[in-house]
Amino acid sequence: MFASLRADMQTAQSADSPLVIDVTGINKHFGDNHVVKDLSLQVREGEIFGFLGPNGSGKTTSIRMLCGLLTPDSGSGTCLGLDVIHDSAAIKRQVGYMTQRFSLWEDLTIGENLDFVARMFGMQNRRAAVDGALAGLGLEGRRGQIAGTLSGGWKQRLSLAACLLHQPRLLLLDEPTAGVDPKARRDFWEEIHRLSSAGITVLVSTHYMDEAERCHRLAYISYGTLLASGTAEEVVASQHLFTWELSGPDLGDRAEELRQLPGAELVATFGTVLHISGRDSAQLEASLRVFVAGRALKMAAVPVSLEDVFIHLMQGSEDPFRG
Amino acid sequence: MKAFSGFSGFSFSRWFGILLKEFIQLKRDRLTFGMIVGIPILQLLLFGFAINSDPRQMPTAVVMADPGPFARAYLAAMQNSDYFRIVGSVDEAEADRLLDSNAVQFVVTFPPGFNRDLLRGKSPTLLVEADATDPMAAGGAISVLNQLGTQVFAPDLPGQQLSPTLPIDLRVQRRYNPEGLTSYNVVPGLLGVILTMTMVLMTGLAMTRERERGTFENLLSTPATPVEVMTGKIVPYIMIGLLQVTLILLAARWVFDVPMQGSLLVLYAVVLLFICANLTLGITFSSIARNQLQAMQMTFFFFLPSILLSGFMFPFRGMPDWAQVVGNLLPLTHFLVLVRGIMLKGNGVTMLWDQVWPILLFMGLVLALGLKTFRRTLD
Repeated sequence: MFASLRADMQTAQSADSPLVIDVTGINKHFGDNHVVKDLSLQVREGEIFGFLGPNGSGKTTSIRMLCGLLTPDSGSGTCLGLDVIHDSAAIKRQVGYMTQRFSLWEDLTIGENLDFVARMFGMQNRRAAVDGALAGLGLEGRRGQIAGTLSGGWKQRLSLAACLLHQPRLLLLDEPTAGVDPKARRDFWEEIHRLSSAGITVLVSTHYMDEAERCHRLAYISYGTLLASGTAEEVVASQHLFTWELSGPDLGDRAEELRQLPGAELVATFGTVLHISGRDSAQLEASLRVFVAGRALKMAAVPVSLEDVFIHLMQGSEDPFRG
Repeated sequence: MKAFSGFSGFSFSRWFGILLKEFIQLKRDRLTFGMIVGIPILQLLLFGFAINSDPRQMPTAVVMADPGPFARAYLAAMQNSDYFRIVGSVDEAEADRLLDSNAVQFVVTFPPGFNRDLLRGKSPTLLVEADATDPMAAGGAISVLNQLGTQVFAPDLPGQQLSPTLPIDLRVQRRYNPEGLTSYNVVPGLLGVILTMTMVLMTGLAMTRERERGTFENLLSTPATPVEVMTGKIVPYIMIGLLQVTLILLAARWVFDVPMQGSLLVLYAVVLLFICANLTLGITFSSIARNQLQAMQMTFFFFLPSILLSGFMFPFRGMPDWAQVVGNLLPLTHFLVLVRGIMLKGNGVTMLWDQVWPILLFMGLVLALGLKTFRRTLD
């Protein structure tokens, strides 16, 4: 699976693919709350673009602006070659948007939901499309089941099928795998990669690091500001972090002590080991050598993980709600 | 299980914690808090001050064919009784029109030669026509009329002091509802009450349900326009409303024997207007309400004054001026006059405008408010 995934990444990363999303300086306020600040985003055709950031960071608002549900206060750009401010109706026709919460009608059956969505998009070959979607889901026999009775994983698959009905060129997925079991999540991502190789562009927001690593390129947004973007490697490299791993019987509950060391900006526990990261490599190494000396601890430099980078980014940006 | 087996496990601080949490939540939920305080005050005001099932000061027109001293004395006595308020002297045709259009409650007709016949002891006929569509409204006034005759004329008529009989031939005509059946009044009224309740509530819930469940976002992410969404959601309820009306009319005809004097087509046209007014309000509530519970509370807030101040439950003319002003703002008040006018009085299209424009005005105001709030919820 990974081999094919890698190959897939190579093809999509060609930098001369046309831009499907190209927006600059997008702003959105809700009352006094500046939710999205000067967002600029470029997503290429066929790419799987990961959209990351803490809760309440403006991800959902940004996605809603891209698909024409919300109008930006200022800024400009195109989505699928159409103006994001003036052509929102035309954009909607070519975009599949999957909301964070299950937003199909729980009191309609699976078949009725798909049929309704097909009608909303004014599809000519409605029946064939619905039948095709049901077959794709493997749900032909359960067409008459009430959607509300489906499990979380099935609801998510149904939602995806519903936003693919009108054959969109761009998929906007807002935390599609929240609350879904690992098996369903893996299947879901396989499907995303299949769609990507078929030429559909996917912008997906997520909190999961493993999912972030499956994206071709990433953007990290925090409290309305875009802090980093690029491939996973580029994002990691851009933060100039260095990580050391501590392990051993004397580790105990040392996280608080380690946090006080000069040069240690980030301490995270991973089961029986601790990761200590910082930007000043020399200072961090020196502090750690002093700390380890005389204790039954081992220290080793390890590659910086995406998660370390994200936690670091999150700490660095100020939280307006923290006062 | 032990904690539940009696009073022994009762913790005062735990109990107090629950109490405190309940009050905090109550304080946050402004609308519920408003209901707890507002509903008793509203009911107190309405039942305490506004509602009077024995209405006074009812508008009365006079057809005066013989303006002599006795007629004037009788009119003065009517005014003094506080039940009647003489609004003017008119001819017979105009008097009919005033009754039909709900402008007056009574028409008193003094025949030619009233004074002369009275002096000669010939018991002239005094005709009092009452709008009896609401039998309760006219009841008290009619009973007082009988006493008036003896009191007014006795001192001035020779030989009458001893006679116990009335010197005039008082004829009371209960127009539109000669038998004084309450069902004539209640059944057409129910039409309006049921429509108010279901139309406002159903649309209020239909829109908030989409928002509460998150499906509204899905709907908006499709190419469907707001106009398509709104009208597509409203039209089913218009159909439901018309179905309800048909059921009530069938029951009125075959179960309650309520007459249908006017045109069915005109009635349905008026019903449609009323349905639209209520749907507009429902939609506006749904764009203000954050959830279904709030939409329901708002409906209740509207429904209570509607049912009490519109003249459905109690005679409209029995209410003090301020309550009549409030009542006149409500579409149900005007709808009741329209329905009773069409069904019982046989009013035609030309008679309707006085009641139609207030409903249109209400609709326009609510629509303006609704559009203002709807924009905000889309963006």
